[in-house]
Order: sequence, then structure tokens, then C-alpha cells
Amino acid sequence: MLEIKNLNVFYGGIHALKDISLKVNSGEIVTLIGSNGSGKTTTLRTISGLEKAKSGEILYENQNIVGIQASDIVKMGISHVPEGRRIFGTMSVLENLEIGAYARTDKENIKKDIKKVFELFPILYERRSQNAINLSGGEQQMLAIGRALLSRPKLLLLDEPSMGLAPMIVKEIFEIIKNINNSGTTIMLVEQNAKMALLNADRAYIIKNGRIELEGKANDLLNNELVKKAYLGG
Amino acid sequence: MEHFIQQIVNGISLGSIYALMALGYTMVYGIIKLINFAHGEIYMVGAYIGYALTTFFNFGFFPALILSMILTSLLGVVIEKVAYKPMRNSTRIAALITAIAVSMFLQYGMMYFVTPQTRSYPNILPDIQVSLFGTNAVVDIRNIYILTVTIVLMLLLQYVIHKTKTGKAMRAVALDGDASQLMGIDMNKTISYTFAIGSALAGAAGVLVGIYYNTINPLMGAVPGLKAFIAAVIGGIGVIPGAVFGGFFLGVTETVVSALGGSLYKDAVAFAILILVLLIKPNGIFGSNQREKV
Ligand SMILES: Nc1ncnc2c1ncn2[C@@H]1O[C@H](COP(=O)(O)OP(=O)(O)OP(=O)(O)O)[C@@H](O)[C@H]1O
Ligand SMILES: [Mg+2]
Repeated sequence: MLEIKNLNVFYGGIHALKDISLKVNSGEIVTLIGSNGSGKTTTLRTISGLEKAKSGEILYENQNIVGIQASDIVKMGISHVPEGRRIFGTMSVLENLEIGAYARTDKENIKKDIKKVFELFPILYERRSQNAINLSGGEQQMLAIGRALLSRPKLLLLDEPSMGLAPMIVKEIFEIIKNINNSGTTIMLVEQNAKMALLNADRAYIIKNGRIELEGKANDLLNNELVKKAYLGG
Repeated sequence: MEHFIQQIVNGISLGSIYALMALGYTMVYGIIKLINFAHGEIYMVGAYIGYALTTFFNFGFFPALILSMILTSLLGVVIEKVAYKPMRNSTRIAALITAIAVSMFLQYGMMYFVTPQTRSYPNILPDIQVSLFGTNAVVDIRNIYILTVTIVLMLLLQYVIHKTKTGKAMRAVALDGDASQLMGIDMNKTISYTFAIGSALAGAAGVLVGIYYNTINPLMGAVPGLKAFIAAVIGGIGVIPGAVFGGFFLGVTETVVSALGGSLYKDAVAFAILILVLLIKPNGIFGSNQREKV
């Protein structure tokens, strides 16, 4: 579904992604793990068109999408839940969801899909007319995911959905991610919480200083000594 | 007392003009964080278009108002595309200097074409005055036109911003540009719409001021532009109700200060209020200090 080939991204003089190559197959959950500043967010932002690639290809359904503007990439079926959630704080929960469907024109189906999101996250329904800024961290993450689902993505990019959340809520969020995947959406998950990510993903890539260091089945990486030491706390 | 009521009436008219202009400042600032110093000049151009239409083409008030709004909205879009868009990723100070350059270009460009001479609007509204509560304070038909047009435009704006898809996109982009793009919102289009709407409001203010004060000249946008900017900051720049409040507040304060014999100081008072507000509430009266939860 998605194949990245020799991708290089720079921020001015900083070489943030160095010849990255990776693949996401249809139906999978693929996770990209790495420590602070390793290039995870940059990878997702480049896929969704927010950053420009210097060289390399991003093939999505066999089409190179490098250079297409972000607002058009959503329409092709890639939806990105950004790091830090980035919900629209002074807009209501419902308005946030409506904006999630901005790229669509099928009004009736949008209504149905919003209803589905409310079924997935009942708490959002209760708070539908409150400003999004008043939600708790976990609820904001749910809203960010719900909003992203409303563009009806085939591929969902998630950037650290567990960031800043209590363990109980993290578990809940990962269950939701699993559910979304089971209903047919392919997922690329960026995480610092390596354990949770590996427990839930099919395959994984480990990124360090802008390079892919290691890749493999999530299960295998869970038991890999190097990974244990560096990312799973020994 | 009569005198005082009269000044309030005049203040509301002046406040309408400030409020209409402050809305443009605040909307543009909200979406691209640029203080569009050329905004006062768009108002000036609007006044000239209204003048040309009513004087040379015998347009009535409403057709002149509407056509002037359409043309100034185009002007705003062109200015953004030509002057500001190339500066979008440069420093804020560079963008600010560009805005000042555009402002001067319009002032002196206009002067080249129409000469610096002051022009007088024709009398296109009937001569009707109503005395208030049986006193000598009068409300002129022009006061009524200004306030009515302003209120109608504000209601329209409110509708567009809260109920239409484009309006929601404008608010979203103002809150978070990157996140908006991820929702499929086209930034460039949304920014253009914002300039179009803000400039149309300034154009309307230009026509209204021409009708109200009668005289226009190519430099007429400078001081009211600054005042409207102050009004927007007082209300909380980027906050739409704040701009409306700031505009009316400043307009009424200025006329009242003038009436109390302080007409020499009315500009100083505007700045004093600005400084006071910034000291007490740095984000303006309607600005929030709330931060998003992480
Ligand atoms: N806007 C930017 N301007 C300049 N450098 C940047 C920018 N964004 C990221 N970088 C740099 O690029 C590198 C990769 O950053 P990135 O945000 O992709 O890392 P990350 O893996 O997502 O980190 P974290 O886990 O902290 O979110 C870092 O060295 C970072 O400092
Ligand atoms: Mg990151």
C-alpha cells in the first residue's frame, strides 16, 4: 500500500531523514519506533505532505505522492493524526469532527460516519457541544483519532497516540487502534512507548538519528536483545 | 446632556467605521499572523471607488456600496497573492515591512492617478434628520445608514464564519494551519477568502466614511487604519467579537473626549487606552490566556 524508497528530508542544514526506506502492506499495523529526535514525526509529516522531501519516493498505491500538497493527500485516503493531537481547541467537539470530513461532499454519509465515531467514543457524544480544549488528554486523543477517521482513510498515520496519557488510557487507545485496524484500515503507528507498540503491531521499524536501524516482525523485535536494552528498559 | 447624546450618536457612527476595519485586521492577523498595514489603504480605495461610482456613473448608495466591496475584495486578494504570499515563510519583520511598502505604494499610487486634492462625495442620501426624545440631539439619516449597514455586514460575517464550510475552514486555519491541511483544507484558498472578506468590509467602511464625512483624499486611510488596528488589539487581535467591541469602544471614546474639549488629545487617548489594556490584559479584552492541554 505504501512504499518509501531512499527518502531524504532536510530542515535547513539538518539532515533529518537519511535514505529511509520502508513498506506498509495493506491491512497491517506497522510501527516506527525511536527515541526523541530520531525522525519519526518527520517521516509521517513527509508522507502526508507537510514536509518536502529532498530526494526519494513515497509510493502510495503505486503512485509517487512526493510533491502533492497535504490537503490533496488526505483526499487520496491518507489521514494523519499529528503529534500532540492538534485538535481545534476553541471549536466544539462536533465542529472538530465536521472539519475532519472537510474533504468530503457526501453529506448524508458524513452524518452517519459522525454517528459511528460517537458510537466508538461515547464520551465524545456527551461532550459534543463543548469546546474541544475542555476535554481531558485522553478524550482529546480520541477526538483527534475520530476526526481523522472522518476522511474515511485507507491508511491512518498515528503519531504518538499514547503521549502524556495514564497507562489505563493508553491501553484503551491501543484497543481502539486495534479495532480500527480490524475494520479494514491500514495503520502506521509512531511511538516512543515501544512495548505497547510492539505488542500491538504486525511489523516494526526502528529509527535512530534519521536512519532505519532495524526492521522485522513486531514479535521478533520484542525478544531482540538490542531492542530490549535500548527501547524496552533492559 | 443633549450635547452628550449627540456625541454618542456620532461616536457610534465613527465606531462602526473602526469596527468594520478592525474586523479585517483581526481576521488577516488571525489567519497568517500578519498586521496588514495596507488595510487602511484598501479602505481608501473603497472610498474612491464609491466616489467614482456615485459621481461619474450616478450609482445609488447600495449599488455603489456593493460594487465597491466586490472590487476591494479583489484588490485584497491580489495584494495577498502578489506581495504577502511570497513572504509567508520569511521572518515576521520582513512581512511587516512588505505590508508597510504596500500601504505606501497604494497611497502614492493613488495620488499619482487622482492627485492629492481632496474630493467631496455627492449627496446621495435624502436629507432627513430626526431629533431624539424631543431634544436638540439629532440623528441624521447617514448615522442610521452607517449603523444599519455595519450591523447587517457583521451578522452576515457571523453567519459565514460559523455556519459555512469556508468559514469553518477559516477558523480552523487560524487555529492550526498544519492540522487544517491534514483535514483537506486548502490553505491558499482559505487565506484568499479571508483577504477577500476583510477587504470587502474595509471597502464598505470607505464608502460609508465618504458619505458620512463627505471628503476623501489618498492619505485618508493612514490614521483610521492605525485606529482600527488599535481597536483590534484592544479587543484582542484575532478575536472577532473583540474587533467589534474595540471599534465601537474607541469610536465612542474618541468623540466623547473631543466633546469634552479634548479634541487635540483624542489620538493620545486612543493610545493611552491601548497601553492601559495591554498592561492589564496583554491579549486584549476578549483575548484568552488559555493554553491547549497537552
Ligand atoms: N521544524 C523543524 N526545524 C528544524 N529542525 C527540526 C524541525 N522539526 C524537527 N527537526 C529536527 O529533525 C530531527 C527529527 O525530528 P522529529 O521531530 O522527526 O523527531 P521525532 O522522532 O518525532 O522525535 P520525538 O519523539 O521527540 O517526537 C530532530 O533532530 C529535530 O531537532
Ligand atoms: Mg515526534
